[in-house]
Amino acid sequence: MKRRLFLSRAALSSLTALIGTDIVFGSMIPKGYSPLLLQDPDPFTLFKKDKGMEVLNDKPWNIEAKAHLLDDDITPNKFMFIRNNGLIPEDIDVSTWTLTIDGEAVKTKKTYTLAELKSKFKSYTYQLTLECGGNGRSEFDPPAKGNQWTVGAVSCATWTGVRLRDVLEDAGYTDKAIYIGYHAADVHLSRDPEKEPISRGAPMAKALQDETLIAFKMNGQDIPLAHGYPLRLVAGGWPASVSGKWLQRISIRDRVHDGTKMTGDAYRVPCNPVAPGEKVKDEDMCIIESMPVKSLITYPRTGAMIKEGQKLNIRGHAWAGELEVAKMEYSIDFGATWQNCPIAKPKNRLAWQNFTASISFPKKGYYEVWARATDANGNSQPMLLPGWNPKGYLNNASHRIAIKVT
Amino acid sequence: MEEHDKFKSQVKSIYRLLSTLMVLFAVTALTIIYLVSDPTLSFFTGPAPVEEYVAVPSEEDFDKIENGIHVRTGFKDAEGLMTVVNNCTNCHSAQLVIQNRMNEERWKATIQWMQETQNLWDLGKNEEIIVNYLVTNYPPQKKGRREILRNISWYDLTE
Repeated sequence: MKRRLFLSRAALSSLTALIGTDIVFGSMIPKGYSPLLLQDPDPFTLFKKDKGMEVLNDKPWNIEAKAHLLDDDITPNKFMFIRNNGLIPEDIDVSTWTLTIDGEAVKTKKTYTLAELKSKFKSYTYQLTLECGGNGRSEFDPPAKGNQWTVGAVSCATWTGVRLRDVLEDAGYTDKAIYIGYHAADVHLSRDPEKEPISRGAPMAKALQDETLIAFKMNGQDIPLAHGYPLRLVAGGWPASVSGKWLQRISIRDRVHDGTKMTGDAYRVPCNPVAPGEKVKDEDMCIIESMPVKSLITYPRTGAMIKEGQKLNIRGHAWAGELEVAKMEYSIDFGATWQNCPIAKPKNRLAWQNFTASISFPKKGYYEVWARATDANGNSQPMLLPGWNPKGYLNNASHRIAIKVT
Repeated sequence: MEEHDKFKSQVKSIYRLLSTLMVLFAVTALTIIYLVSDPTLSFFTGPAPVEEYVAVPSEEDFDKIENGIHVRTGFKDAEGLMTVVNNCTNCHSAQLVIQNRMNEERWKATIQWMQETQNLWDLGKNEEIIVNYLVTNYPPQKKGRREILRNISWYDLTE
């Protein structure tokens, strides 16, 4: 890590010398060429991602998986989507990295080194579902602004860290505390140091859950750089933007956190349902909390052709934000009939659940297998797009794959 | 005697030939030296008008168009292309623009949002050029409540 950073620094300083001035604005540098190692045009090598991943945006980096790449029970780094709002921090030094707890409702402002966090508090490991609030955005009509995610902005890795609750209690908070907000080391796209690319948070109730972690490991190893190295807030079941990467500071607020992308229409949906395309005032938009029930068929890949009489074994995952998935069904006749299929218990709360089914087809032809999960409160995935919203969040429509029986 | 005269005339003709070659060489050399120092022949034509810039070949490659696509950004080659490239790819990549499909009103609102919160500068007359380029080349597509599955690559599944 240090060597790579040194190399990028060396490249930058020699370029600086060449130009004869400091490189301040990206506009001076030809597009597609950047002296910064972290803007390397080959993200697959840079972030160790599978070549099958889809790059939606290279500045900032936004990369998604495809349904069939998410077949593992525990998502490995190579299939984990990246959703960045700004530029990846360029000068990470773990020996000096600290986490500060402050805010209007903190009793004692405290700062911890990484070593202190690890030694002072007990570590926990949970498997946690992180889904981008805008996963599925590409299907909305009229189209919604933002990265056009299809189905692959979801992951369920294991995260190891200390409980946010333990750290908040160590610093102490007053009865005015209602929300936490994170601040991180990533850099705004305009490189304006006064601006934060993203600074979101969650109500105290979510912050105090057992599974809400200040994580320093993902799948048993240092968190990969693109996913928040060396420290990340992880709040499973909520829009993944709550799980702030490159975490440096958590403010205990006496109000709903008002950081970047907490206000306006960011990560918000209309408080009351609206018609497609309708304009919604900012004050009529409500913050997304728990993500809705959803599922993916991760095997086989769409487009499978099987012989008549051959059974099709499918498998996949289902999740339901804060809730558990209670029922899993599939249909091969566009929803005319639904068949139940077994759904396993989650490894822990907020982890996705695995389902399998063995399907027989009555005759030759074109089929689609549709999957539908139902949460513990009886809410199911819609077959059509759910309620339109200006930013195209929360599309949990049934996933489907195409099958031909020949 | 005749042989002596013949020899003399031969020497003379060789002398003339060498002199001619020498003069030609000198003229050529002087011309080359002059052209190197004044390639536009400005001594004879007067000062060149200032707006006459010579295109640098590397710049042409930098904004190369292939099959109607601006190679380094992926934008479609159409009226307003370079205005869009120069104003819309400084902070974020062109990919973010291309994957979004909006009408004129929503593009204008997006530009205003970027100006208010993301440090985008005043676009002046370029705003109309940019919005026209976007709505013309990347119009919204009708999708309805659910699209049919497209672009399926079929394969044999044997278990």
